[in-house]
Amino acid sequence: MTAASFPLVFGVDTFGDTNAENGRPVSHAQTIRNVVEQGVLTEQAGLDFFGIGEHHTDDFPMPAADVVLAAIAARTSRIHLGSAVTVLSSDDPVRVFQRYSTLNALSNGRAEVILGRGSSIESFPLFGFELADYEQLFEEKTELFAEIVKGGPVTWSGKTRAALDDQDIVPHIEAGTLKVWIGVGGSPYSVLRAARHGFSLMLAIIGGSPARFAPYSSLYRQALEKFGREALPIGVHSPGHVAETDEQARAEFWPAYRDIITRLGPSRGFPVPTPGFFEREVGPDGPLYVGSPEAVATKIARYMPVLDATRFDMKIGMPGMSQPAISKSIEMYGTQVVPRVRELLGAAVAG
Amino acid sequence: MNGVQVQNAVEMGSLEQERRQSLRVAVLGAGHVGPVIARLAAHAGNSVAVATSRDPDEIELSVQVLSPGAGARWAVDAVADADIVVLAVPLHRFEQIETSLVAGKVVVDMMNYWPEVNGRLATFDRRDISSSEVVARRLPQSRVVKTLNHLGYHQLDEESRPAGDPERKALGVAGDDAAAVQVVATFVEGLGFDVVRMGGLAAGRLLEPDGPVFGRPLGRADFARAVGAVAR
Repeated sequence: MTAASFPLVFGVDTFGDTNAENGRPVSHAQTIRNVVEQGVLTEQAGLDFFGIGEHHTDDFPMPAADVVLAAIAARTSRIHLGSAVTVLSSDDPVRVFQRYSTLNALSNGRAEVILGRGSSIESFPLFGFELADYEQLFEEKTELFAEIVKGGPVTWSGKTRAALDDQDIVPHIEAGTLKVWIGVGGSPYSVLRAARHGFSLMLAIIGGSPARFAPYSSLYRQALEKFGREALPIGVHSPGHVAETDEQARAEFWPAYRDIITRLGPSRGFPVPTPGFFEREVGPDGPLYVGSPEAVATKIARYMPVLDATRFDMKIGMPGMSQPAISKSIEMYGTQVVPRVRELLGAAVAG
Repeated sequence: MNGVQVQNAVEMGSLEQERRQSLRVAVLGAGHVGPVIARLAAHAGNSVAVATSRDPDEIELSVQVLSPGAGARWAVDAVADADIVVLAVPLHRFEQIETSLVAGKVVVDMMNYWPEVNGRLATFDRRDISSSEVVARRLPQSRVVKTLNHLGYHQLDEESRPAGDPERKALGVAGDDAAAVQVVATFVEGLGFDVVRMGGLAAGRLLEPDGPVFGRPLGRADFARAVGAVAR
Protein backbone atom coordinates (compact mmCIF):
# COMPACT_ATOMS: atom_id res chain seq x y z
CA MET A 1 0.00 0.00 0.00
CA THR A 2 1.35 3.44 -0.81
CA ALA A 3 0.83 6.81 0.76
CA ALA A 4 -1.79 7.65 -1.85
CA SER A 5 -4.18 5.27 -0.09
CA PHE A 6 -4.58 7.60 2.87
CA PRO A 7 -6.66 10.79 2.91
CA LEU A 8 -4.74 14.05 3.03
CA VAL A 9 -4.84 15.60 6.48
CA PHE A 10 -3.76 19.12 7.43
CA GLY A 11 -3.29 20.28 10.99
CA VAL A 12 -2.07 23.05 13.23
CA ASP A 13 0.32 22.52 16.12
CA THR A 14 1.26 24.91 18.90
CA PHE A 15 3.57 24.67 21.89
CA GLY A 16 1.55 27.30 23.75
CA ASP A 17 4.05 29.93 22.67
CA THR A 18 3.64 32.98 24.91
CA ASN A 19 1.93 35.72 22.92
CA ALA A 20 2.84 39.38 23.01
CA GLU A 21 0.60 42.44 22.77
CA ASN A 22 2.21 45.71 21.77
CA GLY A 23 5.61 44.13 22.21
CA ARG A 24 4.97 42.98 25.80
CA PRO A 25 4.38 39.33 26.73
CA VAL A 26 0.88 38.49 27.91
CA SER A 27 0.33 36.29 30.96
CA HIS A 28 0.57 32.52 30.85
CA ALA A 29 -3.16 32.39 31.58
CA GLN A 30 -3.98 34.65 28.63
CA THR A 31 -1.69 32.61 26.36
CA ILE A 32 -3.59 29.47 27.30
CA ARG A 33 -6.95 31.12 26.60
CA ASN A 34 -5.54 32.31 23.26
CA VAL A 35 -4.63 28.72 22.38
CA VAL A 36 -8.26 27.70 22.90
CA GLU A 37 -9.30 30.39 20.43
CA GLN A 38 -6.66 29.15 17.95
CA GLY A 39 -8.12 25.65 18.24
CA VAL A 40 -11.64 26.88 17.53
CA LEU A 41 -10.36 28.94 14.61
CA THR A 42 -8.56 25.88 13.23
CA GLU A 43 -11.91 24.13 12.83
CA GLN A 44 -13.57 27.24 11.37
CA ALA A 45 -10.76 27.53 8.80
CA GLY A 46 -11.58 24.05 7.52
CA LEU A 47 -8.49 22.30 8.86
CA ASP A 48 -8.46 18.75 10.23
CA PHE A 49 -6.33 18.63 13.38
CA PHE A 50 -5.18 20.77 16.28
CA GLY A 51 -2.23 19.61 18.34
CA ILE A 52 -0.60 20.96 21.49
CA GLY A 53 2.98 20.13 22.42
CA GLU A 54 3.82 19.66 26.09
CA HIS A 55 6.30 22.22 27.39
CA HIS A 56 7.20 23.56 30.81
CA THR A 57 8.91 26.93 30.34
CA ASP A 58 8.15 30.64 30.50
CA ASP A 59 8.27 30.76 26.69
CA PHE A 60 5.90 27.78 26.37
CA PRO A 61 3.70 27.54 29.49
CA MET A 62 1.87 24.44 28.32
CA PRO A 63 2.26 21.44 30.66
CA ALA A 64 -1.37 20.29 30.60
CA ALA A 65 -2.19 20.04 26.91
CA ASP A 66 -5.04 17.59 27.49
CA VAL A 67 -6.94 20.08 29.68
CA VAL A 68 -6.68 22.75 26.99
CA LEU A 69 -7.67 20.26 24.30
CA ALA A 70 -10.76 19.39 26.36
CA ALA A 71 -11.81 23.04 26.33
CA ILE A 72 -11.37 23.08 22.55
CA ALA A 73 -13.32 19.82 22.25
CA ALA A 74 -16.28 21.48 23.95
CA ARG A 75 -16.33 24.22 21.32
CA THR A 76 -15.67 22.16 18.18
CA SER A 77 -17.31 19.18 16.52
CA ARG A 78 -15.12 18.01 13.67
CA ILE A 79 -11.36 18.52 14.09
CA HIS A 80 -9.20 15.89 15.71
CA LEU A 81 -7.32 16.95 18.82
CA GLY A 82 -4.02 15.63 20.04
CA SER A 83 -0.76 16.07 21.82
CA ALA A 84 2.18 17.18 19.71
CA VAL A 85 4.00 15.73 21.52
CA THR A 86 3.40 14.07 24.86
CA VAL A 87 6.81 13.64 26.50
CA LEU A 88 6.14 10.03 27.41
CA SER A 89 9.64 9.47 28.83
CA SER A 90 8.82 11.64 31.85
CA ASP A 91 5.14 10.75 32.13
CA ASP A 92 3.21 7.68 33.18
CA PRO A 93 1.77 5.67 30.26
CA VAL A 94 -1.28 4.72 32.32
CA ARG A 95 -2.09 8.33 33.12
CA VAL A 96 -1.42 9.45 29.53
CA PHE A 97 -3.86 6.84 28.28
CA GLN A 98 -6.44 7.83 30.89
CA ARG A 99 -6.23 11.51 30.02
CA TYR A 100 -6.45 11.01 26.26
CA SER A 101 -9.10 8.33 26.55
CA THR A 102 -11.08 10.86 28.58
CA LEU A 103 -10.47 13.48 25.87
CA ASN A 104 -11.61 10.91 23.33
CA ALA A 105 -14.85 10.45 25.28
CA LEU A 106 -15.46 14.19 25.58
CA SER A 107 -14.78 14.79 21.89
CA ASN A 108 -16.73 11.81 20.54
CA GLY A 109 -13.69 9.95 19.28
CA ARG A 110 -11.54 12.83 18.06
CA ALA A 111 -8.49 12.32 20.31
CA GLU A 112 -5.03 11.38 19.08
CA VAL A 113 -1.73 11.00 20.90
CA ILE A 114 1.67 11.79 19.45
CA LEU A 115 4.32 10.29 21.68
CA GLY A 116 7.79 11.74 21.86
CA ARG A 117 10.99 10.94 23.61
CA GLY A 118 11.37 14.64 24.27
CA SER A 119 13.84 16.98 22.63
CA SER A 120 12.52 19.57 25.07
CA ILE A 121 14.05 18.14 28.14
CA GLU A 122 12.88 20.42 30.90
CA SER A 123 10.35 17.85 32.15
CA PHE A 124 13.15 15.50 33.27
CA PRO A 125 14.47 17.49 36.26
CA LEU A 126 10.93 18.74 36.94
CA PHE A 127 9.59 15.24 37.51
CA GLY A 128 12.76 13.65 38.85
CA PHE A 129 13.99 11.69 35.84
CA GLU A 130 17.60 11.33 34.72
CA LEU A 131 18.36 12.54 31.20
CA ALA A 132 20.86 9.74 30.88
CA ASP A 133 17.95 7.26 31.12
CA TYR A 134 15.82 8.73 28.36
CA GLU A 135 16.26 5.89 25.89
CA GLN A 136 15.23 3.22 28.37
CA LEU A 137 12.39 5.36 29.68
CA PHE A 138 10.98 5.91 26.21
CA GLU A 139 11.49 2.33 25.09
CA GLU A 140 9.74 0.79 28.09
CA LYS A 141 6.98 3.34 28.36
CA THR A 142 6.14 3.08 24.67
CA GLU A 143 5.94 -0.68 25.06
CA LEU A 144 3.52 -0.33 27.99
CA PHE A 145 1.48 2.29 26.14
CA ALA A 146 1.19 -0.09 23.18
CA GLU A 147 -0.13 -2.77 25.54
CA ILE A 148 -2.69 -0.39 27.03
CA VAL A 149 -4.08 0.85 23.71
CA LYS A 150 -4.75 -2.72 22.61
CA GLY A 151 -7.64 -2.61 25.11
CA GLY A 152 -8.39 -5.23 27.71
CA PRO A 153 -6.62 -5.94 30.99
CA VAL A 154 -2.87 -5.24 31.02
CA THR A 155 -0.14 -7.37 32.50
CA TRP A 156 3.26 -5.72 32.30
CA SER A 157 6.48 -5.34 34.23
CA GLY A 158 9.57 -3.23 33.70
CA LYS A 159 12.12 -1.05 35.43
CA THR A 160 10.58 2.38 34.95
CA ARG A 161 7.25 1.98 36.74
CA ALA A 162 5.32 -0.37 39.00
CA ALA A 163 4.19 -3.63 37.40
CA LEU A 164 0.59 -4.20 36.32
CA ASP A 165 -1.16 -7.51 36.82
CA ASP A 166 -4.30 -8.12 34.78
CA GLN A 167 -5.21 -4.48 35.33
CA ASP A 168 -8.27 -2.95 33.70
CA ILE A 169 -7.50 0.63 32.66
CA VAL A 170 -10.42 3.02 32.25
CA PRO A 171 -12.10 4.79 30.58
CA HIS A 172 -12.27 2.25 27.74
CA ILE A 173 -12.16 3.56 24.21
CA GLU A 174 -15.75 3.67 22.98
CA ALA A 175 -15.18 2.56 19.39
CA GLY A 176 -12.07 1.41 17.56
CA THR A 177 -8.70 2.27 19.04
CA LEU A 178 -6.94 5.43 20.11
CA LYS A 179 -4.94 6.86 17.20
CA VAL A 180 -1.25 6.90 18.21
CA TRP A 181 1.76 8.41 16.46
CA ILE A 182 5.41 8.56 17.37
CA GLY A 183 7.20 11.84 16.78
CA VAL A 184 10.68 11.33 15.34
CA GLY A 185 13.34 14.00 15.25
CA GLY A 186 16.16 11.88 13.84
CA SER A 187 16.47 8.63 15.75
CA PRO A 188 16.20 5.50 13.60
CA TYR A 189 15.29 3.61 16.76
CA SER A 190 12.15 5.70 17.08
CA VAL A 191 11.24 4.93 13.46
CA LEU A 192 11.65 1.21 14.11
CA ARG A 193 9.76 1.53 17.39
CA ALA A 194 6.79 3.16 15.66
CA ALA A 195 6.70 0.38 13.07
CA ARG A 196 7.05 -2.39 15.62
CA HIS A 197 4.10 -1.15 17.69
CA GLY A 198 1.96 -0.25 14.69
CA PHE A 199 1.98 3.49 15.46
CA SER A 200 1.97 6.11 12.72
CA LEU A 201 5.10 8.13 12.04
CA MET A 202 5.28 11.90 12.58
CA LEU A 203 8.51 13.40 11.26
CA ALA A 204 9.44 16.51 13.25
CA ILE A 205 11.48 18.56 10.79
CA ILE A 206 12.63 21.79 12.37
CA GLY A 207 16.14 22.27 10.99
CA GLY A 208 18.00 21.52 7.80
CA SER A 209 16.62 20.12 4.57
CA PRO A 210 13.26 18.24 4.68
CA ALA A 211 14.54 15.94 1.92
CA ARG A 212 17.09 14.58 4.38
CA PHE A 213 14.20 12.78 6.14
CA ALA A 214 13.08 10.80 3.09
CA PRO A 215 15.20 7.76 4.08
CA TYR A 216 13.35 7.62 7.41
CA SER A 217 10.06 7.26 5.54
CA SER A 218 11.58 4.50 3.48
CA LEU A 219 12.89 2.79 6.62
CA TYR A 220 9.44 3.09 8.22
CA ARG A 221 7.64 1.51 5.24
CA GLN A 222 10.12 -1.37 5.08
CA ALA A 223 10.01 -1.86 8.84
CA LEU A 224 6.19 -2.03 8.87
CA GLU A 225 6.47 -4.77 6.27
CA LYS A 226 9.16 -6.58 8.22
CA PHE A 227 7.07 -6.53 11.40
CA GLY A 228 3.97 -7.70 9.50
CA ARG A 229 2.06 -4.49 10.15
CA GLU A 230 -0.49 -2.95 7.82
CA ALA A 231 0.48 0.27 6.05
CA LEU A 232 0.08 3.44 8.10
CA PRO A 233 0.21 7.15 7.30
CA ILE A 234 3.30 9.33 7.64
CA GLY A 235 3.00 12.94 8.79
CA VAL A 236 5.28 15.95 8.83
CA HIS A 237 5.47 18.58 11.55
CA SER A 238 7.31 21.80 10.68
CA PRO A 239 7.16 25.44 11.75
CA GLY A 240 5.37 27.90 9.51
CA HIS A 241 3.70 31.27 9.21
CA VAL A 242 1.42 32.58 6.46
CA ALA A 243 0.70 36.22 5.60
CA GLU A 244 -0.40 38.19 2.52
CA THR A 245 3.13 38.41 1.10
CA ASP A 246 6.45 36.64 1.61
CA GLU A 247 7.90 39.88 2.96
CA GLN A 248 5.14 40.36 5.53
CA ALA A 249 5.29 36.74 6.68
CA ARG A 250 9.04 36.92 7.16
CA ALA A 251 8.87 40.29 8.91
CA GLU A 252 6.30 38.93 11.40
CA PHE A 253 8.11 35.65 11.97
CA TRP A 254 11.82 36.49 11.94
CA PRO A 255 12.23 38.59 15.12
CA ALA A 256 10.36 36.04 17.24
CA TYR A 257 12.20 33.14 15.62
CA ARG A 258 15.58 34.84 16.09
CA ASP A 259 14.90 35.58 19.75
CA ILE A 260 13.66 32.14 20.74
CA ILE A 261 16.38 30.24 18.87
CA THR A 262 18.98 32.51 20.47
CA ARG A 263 17.51 31.84 23.92
CA LEU A 264 17.25 28.08 23.37
CA GLY A 265 20.64 27.84 21.65
CA PRO A 266 22.86 27.01 24.62
CA SER A 267 20.70 24.11 25.81
CA ARG A 268 19.67 22.78 22.40
CA GLY A 269 22.84 23.32 20.39
CA PHE A 270 21.36 25.91 18.03
CA PRO A 271 23.81 28.53 16.79
CA VAL A 272 22.60 32.16 16.97
CA PRO A 273 20.56 32.55 13.76
CA THR A 274 21.76 35.10 11.23
CA PRO A 275 19.60 36.64 8.50
CA GLY A 276 21.51 34.49 5.98
CA PHE A 277 20.71 31.35 7.94
CA PHE A 278 17.05 32.37 8.11
CA GLU A 279 16.97 32.94 4.34
CA ARG A 280 18.12 29.36 3.80
CA GLU A 281 15.65 27.94 6.31
CA VAL A 282 12.66 29.70 4.70
CA GLY A 283 13.98 29.03 1.18
CA PRO A 284 13.03 26.06 -1.01
CA ASP A 285 15.47 23.67 0.73
CA GLY A 286 14.75 24.70 4.31
CA PRO A 287 12.22 23.39 6.86
CA LEU A 288 10.35 26.64 7.61
CA TYR A 289 7.06 27.21 5.77
CA VAL A 290 7.01 30.99 6.01
CA GLY A 291 5.56 33.11 3.24
CA SER A 292 2.57 33.94 1.09
CA PRO A 293 -0.15 31.29 0.64
CA GLU A 294 1.19 30.36 -2.80
CA ALA A 295 4.81 30.02 -1.61
CA VAL A 296 3.84 27.94 1.42
CA ALA A 297 1.45 25.74 -0.59
CA THR A 298 4.12 25.12 -3.23
CA LYS A 299 6.62 24.05 -0.61
CA ILE A 300 4.19 21.75 1.22
CA ALA A 301 3.12 20.16 -2.06
CA ARG A 302 6.75 19.66 -2.98
CA TYR A 303 7.81 17.88 0.19
CA MET A 304 4.78 15.72 1.05
CA PRO A 305 5.47 13.34 -1.87
CA VAL A 306 9.24 13.42 -1.25
CA LEU A 307 8.59 12.32 2.34
CA ASP A 308 5.82 9.90 1.38
CA ALA A 309 3.56 11.89 3.73
CA THR A 310 -0.20 12.33 3.62
CA ARG A 311 -0.40 14.60 6.63
CA PHE A 312 1.14 18.01 7.27
CA ASP A 313 0.95 19.76 10.64
CA MET A 314 2.13 23.35 10.64
CA LYS A 315 3.52 24.49 13.95
CA ILE A 316 2.18 28.03 14.17
CA GLY A 317 3.37 30.94 16.30
CA MET A 318 6.59 31.67 18.12
CA PRO A 319 6.99 33.21 21.57
CA GLY A 320 6.49 36.95 21.20
CA MET A 321 4.19 36.88 18.17
CA SER A 322 0.79 38.53 18.44
CA GLN A 323 -2.49 36.66 18.58
CA PRO A 324 -3.92 38.57 15.56
CA ALA A 325 -0.92 37.58 13.39
CA ILE A 326 -1.25 33.94 14.47
CA SER A 327 -5.01 33.93 13.88
CA LYS A 328 -4.56 35.41 10.43
CA SER A 329 -1.93 32.77 9.67
CA ILE A 330 -4.25 29.91 10.69
CA GLU A 331 -7.08 31.36 8.65
CA MET A 332 -4.97 31.77 5.50
CA TYR A 333 -3.42 28.32 5.97
CA GLY A 334 -6.88 26.74 6.16
CA THR A 335 -8.70 28.74 3.51
CA GLN A 336 -5.95 29.39 0.94
CA VAL A 337 -2.87 27.22 1.47
CA VAL A 338 -4.54 23.85 2.00
CA PRO A 339 -6.97 24.08 -0.96
CA ARG A 340 -3.99 25.01 -3.13
CA VAL A 341 -1.90 22.10 -1.79
CA ARG A 342 -4.77 19.71 -2.55
CA GLU A 343 -4.97 21.15 -6.04
CA LEU A 344 -1.21 20.80 -6.62
CA LEU A 345 -1.09 17.27 -5.24
CA GLY A 346 -4.23 16.29 -7.16
CA ALA A 347 -2.63 17.55 -10.35
CA ALA A 348 0.51 15.59 -9.56
CA VAL A 349 -1.48 12.38 -9.02
CA ALA A 350 -3.60 12.94 -12.13
CA GLY A 351 -0.55 13.84 -14.20
CA MET B 1 27.16 13.26 -24.58
CA ASN B 2 29.79 14.87 -26.81
CA GLY B 3 33.48 14.06 -26.90
CA VAL B 4 34.51 16.74 -24.40
CA GLN B 5 31.83 15.68 -21.94
CA VAL B 6 32.90 12.06 -22.24
CA GLN B 7 36.52 13.07 -21.66
CA ASN B 8 35.51 15.13 -18.61
CA ALA B 9 33.45 12.29 -17.25
CA VAL B 10 36.36 9.90 -17.64
CA GLU B 11 38.72 12.28 -15.90
CA MET B 12 36.30 12.91 -13.08
CA GLY B 13 35.74 9.20 -12.78
CA SER B 14 39.45 8.54 -12.45
CA LEU B 15 39.82 11.35 -9.93
CA GLU B 16 36.98 9.83 -7.97
CA GLN B 17 38.81 6.53 -8.19
CA GLU B 18 42.03 8.00 -6.81
CA ARG B 19 40.20 9.54 -3.89
CA ARG B 20 38.44 6.34 -3.00
CA GLN B 21 39.50 5.13 0.41
CA SER B 22 39.91 1.61 1.62
CA LEU B 23 40.00 1.94 5.38
CA ARG B 24 38.17 -0.55 7.53
CA VAL B 25 35.86 1.45 9.75
CA ALA B 26 33.79 0.36 12.74
CA VAL B 27 31.03 2.76 13.75
CA LEU B 28 29.83 2.07 17.29
CA GLY B 29 26.33 3.46 17.65
CA ALA B 30 23.27 3.46 15.39
CA GLY B 31 21.28 6.40 16.77
CA HIS B 32 21.15 9.88 15.26
CA VAL B 33 24.75 10.25 14.14
CA GLY B 34 26.06 6.72 13.55
CA PRO B 35 24.09 6.18 10.31
CA VAL B 36 25.35 9.48 8.87
CA ILE B 37 29.01 8.66 9.52
CA ALA B 38 28.52 5.14 8.17
CA ARG B 39 26.84 6.40 5.02
CA LEU B 40 29.51 9.02 4.27
CA ALA B 41 32.32 6.57 5.08
CA ALA B 42 30.88 3.84 2.84
CA HIS B 43 30.30 6.37 0.08
CA ALA B 44 34.01 7.26 0.26
CA GLY B 45 34.83 3.63 -0.53
CA ASN B 46 35.72 2.43 2.97
CA SER B 47 34.65 -0.91 4.32
CA VAL B 48 32.17 0.05 7.04
CA ALA B 49 30.60 -1.98 9.84
CA VAL B 50 28.01 -0.56 12.25
CA ALA B 51 27.61 -2.12 15.68
CA THR B 52 25.78 -1.55 18.95
CA SER B 53 25.88 -3.39 22.26
CA ARG B 54 23.14 -5.67 20.95
CA ASP B 55 22.34 -8.16 18.19
CA PRO B 56 23.15 -6.76 14.72
CA ASP B 57 19.80 -8.12 13.48
CA GLU B 58 18.10 -5.26 15.36
CA ILE B 59 19.79 -2.61 13.23
CA GLU B 60 20.29 -4.49 9.98
CA LEU B 61 17.36 -2.84 8.21
CA SER B 62 18.20 0.68 9.36
CA VAL B 63 21.85 0.28 8.33
CA GLN B 64 20.78 -1.04 4.93
CA VAL B 65 18.34 1.84 4.33
CA LEU B 66 20.16 4.74 6.00
CA SER B 67 23.78 3.76 5.30
CA PRO B 68 23.90 1.98 1.93
CA GLY B 69 27.13 0.07 1.51
CA ALA B 70 27.70 -0.42 5.25
CA GLY B 71 26.84 -3.60 7.14
CA ALA B 72 25.60 -4.42 10.64
CA ARG B 73 27.89 -6.65 12.73
CA TRP B 74 28.53 -7.66 16.31
CA ALA B 75 30.72 -5.03 17.98
CA VAL B 76 33.58 -7.40 18.68
CA ASP B 77 33.77 -8.50 15.02
CA ALA B 78 33.43 -4.98 13.67
CA VAL B 79 36.22 -3.67 15.89
CA ALA B 80 38.57 -6.63 15.42
CA ASP B 81 39.02 -5.81 11.74
CA ALA B 82 38.95 -2.03 12.02
CA ASP B 83 41.63 0.54 11.23
CA ILE B 84 39.41 3.20 12.82
CA VAL B 85 36.75 2.87 15.49
CA VAL B 86 34.24 5.74 15.64
CA LEU B 87 32.47 6.24 18.96
CA ALA B 88 29.06 7.44 17.80
CA VAL B 89 27.29 6.99 21.11
CA PRO B 90 26.03 9.54 23.61
CA LEU B 91 28.70 10.24 26.21
CA HIS B 92 26.68 8.66 29.03
CA ARG B 93 26.93 5.37 27.15
CA PHE B 94 30.70 5.60 26.83
CA GLU B 95 31.39 4.04 30.21
CA GLN B 96 29.48 0.94 29.13
CA ILE B 97 32.02 0.28 26.38
CA GLU B 98 34.63 -2.27 27.49
CA THR B 99 38.07 -0.67 27.32
CA SER B 100 39.49 -3.97 26.07
CA LEU B 101 37.13 -3.86 23.07
CA VAL B 102 39.05 -0.97 21.51
CA ALA B 103 42.54 -1.72 22.87
CA GLY B 104 45.26 -1.10 20.26
CA LYS B 105 42.84 0.80 18.00
CA VAL B 106 42.66 4.31 16.61
CA VAL B 107 39.51 5.65 18.27
CA VAL B 108 37.60 8.68 17.01
CA ASP B 109 35.92 10.48 19.89
CA MET B 110 32.98 12.39 18.45
CA MET B 111 31.14 12.57 21.77
CA ASN B 112 30.32 15.73 23.68
CA TYR B 113 29.91 16.52 27.34
CA TRP B 114 26.77 18.58 27.18
CA PRO B 115 25.02 18.58 30.56
CA GLU B 116 21.99 20.59 29.38
CA VAL B 117 21.19 17.92 26.81
CA ASN B 118 22.47 14.66 28.25
CA GLY B 119 22.60 15.36 31.98
CA ARG B 120 25.55 15.69 34.35
CA LEU B 121 28.26 13.04 34.43
CA ALA B 122 30.62 13.20 37.40
CA THR B 123 33.64 11.89 35.47
CA PHE B 124 33.35 14.63 32.89
CA ASP B 125 32.25 17.47 35.14
CA ARG B 126 35.62 19.21 35.28
CA ARG B 127 37.17 22.23 33.63
CA ASP B 128 40.88 21.42 33.87
CA ILE B 129 41.04 18.95 30.95
CA SER B 130 39.06 18.38 27.76
CA SER B 131 36.39 15.66 27.60
CA SER B 132 38.58 13.78 25.10
CA GLU B 133 41.40 13.64 27.62
CA VAL B 134 39.00 12.03 30.07
CA VAL B 135 38.07 9.55 27.33
CA ALA B 136 41.75 8.89 26.55
CA ARG B 137 42.59 8.26 30.20
CA ARG B 138 39.94 5.59 30.33
CA LEU B 139 41.30 4.03 27.10
CA PRO B 140 45.07 3.93 27.77
CA GLN B 141 45.64 1.22 25.17
CA SER B 142 43.83 3.11 22.40
CA ARG B 143 44.97 6.10 20.38
CA VAL B 144 42.20 8.67 20.77
CA VAL B 145 41.55 11.42 18.21
CA LYS B 146 38.91 14.09 18.69
CA THR B 147 36.88 15.19 15.66
CA LEU B 148 33.39 15.09 14.06
CA ASN B 149 31.85 16.26 17.34
CA HIS B 150 31.34 19.92 16.65
CA LEU B 151 28.80 19.74 13.84
CA GLY B 152 25.35 18.24 14.35
CA TYR B 153 24.48 15.03 12.57
CA HIS B 154 22.29 16.78 10.03
CA GLN B 155 25.00 19.34 9.40
CA LEU B 156 27.51 16.54 8.74
CA ASP B 157 24.95 14.99 6.41
CA GLU B 158 24.21 18.18 4.48
CA GLU B 159 27.61 19.87 4.44
CA SER B 160 29.68 17.01 3.02
CA ARG B 161 31.35 18.17 -0.23
CA PRO B 162 34.05 16.82 -2.55
CA ALA B 163 37.59 18.16 -2.15
CA GLY B 164 38.07 21.50 -3.87
CA ASP B 165 34.39 22.48 -3.69
CA PRO B 166 34.27 26.16 -2.67
CA GLU B 167 31.46 25.37 -0.21
CA ARG B 168 33.43 22.62 1.54
CA LYS B 169 33.52 23.01 5.32
CA ALA B 170 36.31 22.20 7.79
CA LEU B 171 36.46 19.93 10.80
CA GLY B 172 39.00 20.24 13.59
CA VAL B 173 41.11 17.17 14.36
CA ALA B 174 43.01 16.91 17.67
CA GLY B 175 45.11 14.06 18.98
CA ASP B 176 48.33 13.23 20.81
CA ASP B 177 49.46 10.43 18.45
CA ALA B 178 50.70 11.82 15.11
CA ALA B 179 50.16 8.62 13.15
CA ALA B 180 46.62 8.26 14.49
CA VAL B 181 45.85 11.89 13.66
CA GLN B 182 47.12 11.28 10.13
CA VAL B 183 44.88 8.31 9.46
CA VAL B 184 41.85 10.09 10.97
CA ALA B 185 42.58 13.24 8.95
CA THR B 186 42.57 11.17 5.77
CA PHE B 187 39.32 9.55 6.86
CA VAL B 188 37.67 12.93 7.60
CA GLU B 189 38.71 14.28 4.19
CA GLY B 190 37.04 11.26 2.61
CA LEU B 191 33.84 12.04 4.49
CA GLY B 192 33.73 15.35 2.63
CA PHE B 193 35.45 17.88 4.88
CA ASP B 194 38.71 19.81 5.01
CA VAL B 195 40.84 19.18 8.06
CA VAL B 196 42.24 21.74 10.47
CA ARG B 197 44.83 20.15 12.74
CA MET B 198 44.39 21.50 16.23
CA GLY B 199 47.36 19.92 18.03
CA GLY B 200 47.03 17.56 20.98
CA LEU B 201 43.89 16.29 22.69
CA ALA B 202 44.04 19.20 25.13
CA ALA B 203 43.20 21.46 22.18
CA GLY B 204 40.03 19.41 21.71
CA ARG B 205 38.60 21.83 24.25
CA LEU B 206 38.18 24.33 21.39
CA LEU B 207 35.80 21.92 19.65
CA GLU B 208 33.51 21.47 22.68
CA PRO B 209 29.93 22.73 23.11
CA ASP B 210 30.87 26.10 24.59
CA GLY B 211 33.70 26.64 22.08
CA PRO B 212 33.93 28.93 19.04
CA VAL B 213 33.10 26.39 16.29
CA PHE B 214 30.43 24.23 17.90
CA GLY B 215 27.36 23.96 15.67
CA ARG B 216 28.90 26.33 13.10
CA PRO B 217 29.74 24.97 9.63
CA LEU B 218 32.76 27.03 8.57
CA GLY B 219 35.17 26.88 5.65
CA ARG B 220 38.81 26.21 6.44
CA ALA B 221 39.87 29.88 6.64
CA ASP B 222 36.91 30.96 8.80
CA PHE B 223 37.40 27.93 11.00
CA ALA B 224 41.08 28.72 11.55
CA ARG B 225 40.20 32.33 12.33
CA ALA B 226 37.51 31.30 14.83
CA VAL B 227 39.76 28.94 16.78
CA GLY B 228 42.78 31.26 16.40
CA ALA B 229 40.88 34.17 17.91
CA VAL B 230 40.16 32.11 21.00
CA ALA B 231 43.59 30.48 21.16
CA ARG B 232 45.20 33.92 21.33
